[in-house]
Amino acid sequence: MASLSIENVKKTFGGTPILHGVSIEIPDGAFVILVGPSGCGKSTLLRMIAGLEEITAGAIRIGSRVVNRVPPKERDIAMVFQSYALYPHMTVVQNMAFSLKLKSSPKEEIAAKVGRAAHILGLQDLLHRYPKELSGGQRQRVAMGRAIVRDPSVFLFDEPLSNLDAKLRVQMRGEIKSLHQRLGTTTVYVTHDQIEAMTMADQIVVMNNGRIEQIGAPLDLYDRPANLFVAGFIGSPSMNFLTGTVCENGFKTQDGLLLPLYAGAAAHIGNPAVYGVRPEHLALDAGGLPFAVELVEPTGSETQVQGKLGDQPISGVFRERIVTRPGETLRVTPQAGAIHLFDAKSSQRLN
Amino acid sequence: MAQSNGEGMDYLERLPRRVVTLYLPLAMFMFFLLFPFYWMTTTTFKPDAELYDYAHFNPFGIVHPTLMHIHKLLFETSYPQWLLNTTMVSVAATAISLFSSVCAAYAIERLRFTGARYVGLAIFLAYLVPPSILFIPLAAIVFQLGLYDSDWALILTYPTFLVPFCTWLLMGYFRTIPYELEECAMIDGASRLQVLWSITLPLAVPGLISAGIFAFTLSWNEFIYALTFISSSENKTVPVGAITELVEGDVYHWGSLMAAALLGSVPVVILYSFFVEYYVSSLTGAVKE
Repeated sequence: MASLSIENVKKTFGGTPILHGVSIEIPDGAFVILVGPSGCGKSTLLRMIAGLEEITAGAIRIGSRVVNRVPPKERDIAMVFQSYALYPHMTVVQNMAFSLKLKSSPKEEIAAKVGRAAHILGLQDLLHRYPKELSGGQRQRVAMGRAIVRDPSVFLFDEPLSNLDAKLRVQMRGEIKSLHQRLGTTTVYVTHDQIEAMTMADQIVVMNNGRIEQIGAPLDLYDRPANLFVAGFIGSPSMNFLTGTVCENGFKTQDGLLLPLYAGAAAHIGNPAVYGVRPEHLALDAGGLPFAVELVEPTGSETQVQGKLGDQPISGVFRERIVTRPGETLRVTPQAGAIHLFDAKSSQRLN
Repeated sequence: MAQSNGEGMDYLERLPRRVVTLYLPLAMFMFFLLFPFYWMTTTTFKPDAELYDYAHFNPFGIVHPTLMHIHKLLFETSYPQWLLNTTMVSVAATAISLFSSVCAAYAIERLRFTGARYVGLAIFLAYLVPPSILFIPLAAIVFQLGLYDSDWALILTYPTFLVPFCTWLLMGYFRTIPYELEECAMIDGASRLQVLWSITLPLAVPGLISAGIFAFTLSWNEFIYALTFISSSENKTVPVGAITELVEGDVYHWGSLMAAALLGSVPVVILYSFFVEYYVSSLTGAVKE
């Protein structure tokens, strides 16, 4: 086990910058998720940690050792690929034992380690099958087994769940998280799915266009997003944004509606700003603002409503069983304490 | 449902249509391909009397089959020796070519060194130089090296046309193997050579087999180099030996010539029949995981 530190790492591909100086400190035993839209550089960063991509500038440390020029096999890491990359010509047990064989570990040790990994992942009955005879979830487990067997100081996961169906994904999510809790190995996990990030991570690193937008615990990111990008990326359905200006008694939207603001917003009076409120933080209130309903989506536990506030689109999620139909108008008020205010120009958080 | 063995939308085609569009052309094609073999076989087992007398004997059948021609071929010429030479030369040339091609193709496809693409292109261009031009400079080299009239003259010159083709075939095949497998193996602790040996090659077996068969067949049938670089009868290969020793002036020993061709093609046919599925799948670029 080891900590992992990434110091001002840059990457350019043939002159095109992909990462513009990224720094992350990952303490020993942490579960860190790199999340962001496709093309944001998160997979590239993971591959640089693994040693599969050269580091253009900066330094990556595993433990106290700088690994910039260290080949993958000497970095003491294990990686689970999106496609699982199981060796098709080897059985499950051969796949898991491959790395130990290369190290010429004694036979008994290989058997013991593979047996232990198979036991943890429930693969005992599949040991002599070939990858093509396994289902998606089983392949996923074998890929993790192959990583566990090596007992590395860092686990790397590259979108490991994106090839699974929705139900299995939820199940494997739980398995990976409990595996981490059991083994306690430092883990870096890449995904574009913010739900995975929210549910599994100790720390989330939100990336966009080769830059880090924010690093923090999942609920911190949810409660206090540092900028518009993080605010829109974390949370589902995503946060409502209303443009307008801050005025003396609240926030005036571009079409003249007046929304309540927190105390202390007075410092920004007159500034153009973006008002953010999550759909689940809109409360039904007879004296509230008019919310013109356009689409109603009941899911059973809650009801999602899409529509317009003034002329700006917003959505709301209500735990109540509201009876409404398109064309009607609801009255809503943003909950106090759940209001986010962003600068319109820099898109940074103001409160 | 009635025809459960039909595939996909076959049921849309009626039988008469299939006869015209599929079975008839196929039958003609088969006839065209197989007739020479048939002719070769009947000639081999036909006594000379029947061979030259169309008036009394049907040219397509045999009345009194004989092993006379085969006997003559095996015991009155150096044919067994030619067969042995051809086998040795083909196996050695194939082995050398496969080894070099695997190294070259892997380096070009996976190491991605500077200029890899141009090297790949240059290798292919080398393949385009016809042997009928290349044998002149090669002859000079063979003489200089003192290899004239020995198996080595052929073993070392055949790779000049085998390596380029095998390299290209294997490059295409290596490309179908997901690179992630190799990256994963490298993280697992394998060196480049270990990756090549325990991951890439086992997955490229169909490609290796088809490259091997291709190289073996071409070496087996090669004519120009064998004709130029070999002079003594006991060092000849089958194609050259048959033509030079069984045609005396304007006398063609048809029976023995055909027997030589028949016996010479048998090993290749056997080889093909073992590996034909691999051969087809690799030429059509089948990917498996």
